[in-house]
Amino acid sequence: MSIWVYIIRRFLGAIPILFMVSLISFFLIRLSPVDPLAQMKLNPAISTETIEKEKIRLGLDKPVIVQYFIWAKNFISGNMGYCTDNTKVSTKIKGRILNTLLLSFAVIFASWLIAIPLGILAAVYYNSFFDRFLTLISSIGMAIPSFFFAILMLLFAQHTGWFPVGGLTSINFSEMNFVHKVLDILWHLFLPVFVLTTISLSSLMRQMRANLLDILSAEYIKFAYAKGLTKSKIILKHALRNAINPIITLLGFEFAGLLSGAALTEYVFQYPGLGKLILEAVMQSDINLVMASLMIGAIMLISGNLIADILLKLTDPRVRI
Amino acid sequence: MLKFLDKIRHDKIPFVALIVLIFMYLLILFADFFAVYPANYSNRKLAYQPPSNLYVITPENKFAFPYTYNFEKSFNENTLSIEYKQIRDKKYKIKFFSNGYEYKLFGLFKTNLHLISKPDDCNLFLLGTDINGHDVYSRLFFGGRISLTIGFLALLISFPIGALYGGISGYIGGRVDKILMRIAEAIMSVPSFYLLIILASILPSNMSSIQRFALITAILAFIGWAGFSRVIRGMVLSLKNQEYVKAIETIGASRRRIILKHILPQTSSYIVIAITLSVPSYILAESGLSFLGLGIQLPDASWGNMLREAQEFANIIYRPWLLMPGFLIFIAVLSFNVLGDKIRDILDPKTLK
Repeated sequence: MSIWVYIIRRFLGAIPILFMVSLISFFLIRLSPVDPLAQMKLNPAISTETIEKEKIRLGLDKPVIVQYFIWAKNFISGNMGYCTDNTKVSTKIKGRILNTLLLSFAVIFASWLIAIPLGILAAVYYNSFFDRFLTLISSIGMAIPSFFFAILMLLFAQHTGWFPVGGLTSINFSEMNFVHKVLDILWHLFLPVFVLTTISLSSLMRQMRANLLDILSAEYIKFAYAKGLTKSKIILKHALRNAINPIITLLGFEFAGLLSGAALTEYVFQYPGLGKLILEAVMQSDINLVMASLMIGAIMLISGNLIADILLKLTDPRVRI
Repeated sequence: MLKFLDKIRHDKIPFVALIVLIFMYLLILFADFFAVYPANYSNRKLAYQPPSNLYVITPENKFAFPYTYNFEKSFNENTLSIEYKQIRDKKYKIKFFSNGYEYKLFGLFKTNLHLISKPDDCNLFLLGTDINGHDVYSRLFFGGRISLTIGFLALLISFPIGALYGGISGYIGGRVDKILMRIAEAIMSVPSFYLLIILASILPSNMSSIQRFALITAILAFIGWAGFSRVIRGMVLSLKNQEYVKAIETIGASRRRIILKHILPQTSSYIVIAITLSVPSYILAESGLSFLGLGIQLPDASWGNMLREAQEFANIIYRPWLLMPGFLIFIAVLSFNVLGDKIRDILDPKTLK
């Protein structure tokens, strides 16, 4: 079966799951006694016409089941309605998706870049001081609550003045030229990425170490030693390729964990991502926005898993699909 | 069990973690004994008082019984802020094992014995106060009661459900399996923290604190069961083709009996490992939720909602004592992780090298 057939099949398989997600979340939200238009009615900037339009669009006068299908039809055609502050949900969400993806990819990139070499070193020097030290560090990374770590980092930024305390861009961002803009964003990204990387690094490093340890005791590695190959060649050429596959499977999980874990970090750093958006939406009981960001979150998570599976297929010929 | 403890004892770090956890649970069990003020004590006139330092060496360089000073509150007109200044006129000796407020130990025995109690007319706040004039030191014990137990309670709900669900799905198979697993996948497809905050936000606001505690526990459990049930299902799929299951089927045992009595017990060592490894994530989830103001609400304390004050920038700079609960969460989670790893090593024969 070619990889394309597989991708298409997985896409089709995602549809019933998304349908379930939307059903569950729609009814969960409708269970709450909140009037979906209450916040809109409070905002004087929103005309009564818009509210009437929303009422018809959401089908609030009809039974809940019908409301669900009206919502689903609108969502599929890209119409996600209005937020309580009278901006379109779709425009608001678009920018946030990009920011969250930017943060997630930066974190995944950084954590792989650090975790894999460290994991290899820990496995090669198994039970040495270095190995124990890394185990200790990774336990600390796994135990510290993300929001608390973020607060400590904010404190650090405030005391040293080396990093900005939150946001994604400086105040004079629009006046900068392109290079400065990129640098400015990177400068703002550093602390959130640092916090999230420290947290996701640990499990990745442990996994890498465990895999490599498993493989280093395999027969074919012993054979390679017997053949007289150098240690570095054995590890880099023979062991590593097999040890890295389970890590690729982890990529999907990591992405899922990042979407969740980033929410609190985004909140503390005032980073304009999807997690912070959904938090704000929940606090203001902005139903349209909550529903839309939930669905987008689910879509991102499912695509993350799909990408991980495809990558695994491409790197490991033993995986059958 | 004894053998188990013996194995842990031989490894220093997990042993220390175990001791730390036992110590923490003892502290919250006897929270009232260690606390100086009752759980709901609040004195708004003394908001943000810095910690009262304890002194054992007098200015004349002599050892003395631990004593402290009172603070004087004043309004600084230049900076427009309230300032606290220590008054060194009068020493207040700390009282140990003395009488304080009255409480019921385990809800049964009336007593007023406390480890530390405050001297008369002395505002003793060992770790300062928060915006409501709550004593941070006392509330650490009461907050720990919630933060350290809610995870276990949620596990007690989510694991049986997940095991049963996965067991039924895997054993019956076919269409039932497909439908059940699609539902579980749907729940896993929503970023768990998003689901968590949405569920927490639809809780009505006029609940009693016990109701709220129970519902937050239920929500935490709701998030966790799906992923667990998938793993159990995978194990059941391989178990159900083993000969002993075929033998029981031939005898004519009912499905319920086979799943509950013969298949699920086989997964027990995995379940124990999964439980110890997932306590920390439940603790972190509760603290995150309360940190956002969606979990345990004031006047009840939890380590997460005590950290809520750290959201204000001025607080973390000028009033660092409010960060204390964060370190406690860190220590508790770290200890659970270390202990969980050790228990996995002991129970999982694959990791024995």
